[in-house]
Amino acid sequence: MKCTKVWEEISDYLDSGIDPVIRAEIEQHLLKCEKCRVVVDTTKKTIDIFCNSEPAPIPEDTRHRLYQALERKYKSCRP
Amino acid sequence: MNPENARPIATTTPLPSKVVKDDEGELVAAAKAGDVSAFETLVGRYERKIFRLTQNITQNREDAEDAMQEAFLKAYEHLGNFEGNSRFYTWLVRIAVNQALMKLRKRRPNHVSLDEEIDTGEDTVPREVEDWGPSPEQRYEQTELSGILGQVIGELDPSFRTVFQLRDIDEMSTEETAEALGLSVPAVKSRLLRARLKLRQKLSRYFRQGEAS
Repeated sequence: MKCTKVWEEISDYLDSGIDPVIRAEIEQHLLKCEKCRVVVDTTKKTIDIFCNSEPAPIPEDTRHRLYQALERKYKSCRP
Repeated sequence: MNPENARPIATTTPLPSKVVKDDEGELVAAAKAGDVSAFETLVGRYERKIFRLTQNITQNREDAEDAMQEAFLKAYEHLGNFEGNSRFYTWLVRIAVNQALMKLRKRRPNHVSLDEEIDTGEDTVPREVEDWGPSPEQRYEQTELSGILGQVIGELDPSFRTVFQLRDIDEMSTEETAEALGLSVPAVKSRLLRARLKLRQKLSRYFRQGEAS
């Protein structure tokens, strides 16, 4: 398997949504290719670091305007 | 797409999601029956995620606020059209994406459609392959790290960053993401791959071994 093929399959490989035969080929490739090991590892870290980020609280003035608008909507219509 | 047409695509069973809590269906039913507090529970549950989504798409605070507000107002107004074939959150995301894209198109009329053909060329081929330090999160203060993540995701094309946010940050399934964005599953997978590789490349500037923090 070539490096470019590994890169094309990284997402499915990391999501565990990959054909077992291709997974085995990738893992064979990773044993002998340090470059691809680094790419796979840092791609996984990329996902992890974003995955662990909580959304910031909404600014209070923004939130206040949202709920004011909703109040007006509740008075003007029902679902 | 007109947001009023953003009705769920029929599926036989609800799709798995880590975002959605079990009581969502009950809250939606109560809100449909006129229980405003049930709807506000849903708003409170998703407001931060929806605001982050509209910020990521518009990259403009004012537009993000307007798009979020419009999304919740339209969701309430059209709740009667929501048939429960998909998750409420997926339906809400679809409305919010449409609102945010409308804002973006007003500012950049020659841009943006999430389903347009996009360049998936050489810029995602890994070039920098230096390994990262052992724990990127520990090299930066939380606020500094948040700034870096916001910076690099903002550099992505909207069609990449929207898919990345829904799939990897909000942890929606590939199928839910496709449904929310009106894309095919292969299109979501392709964009997710490109987004991940692009972000990896961009973060390498900050996290590679030996880089001063």
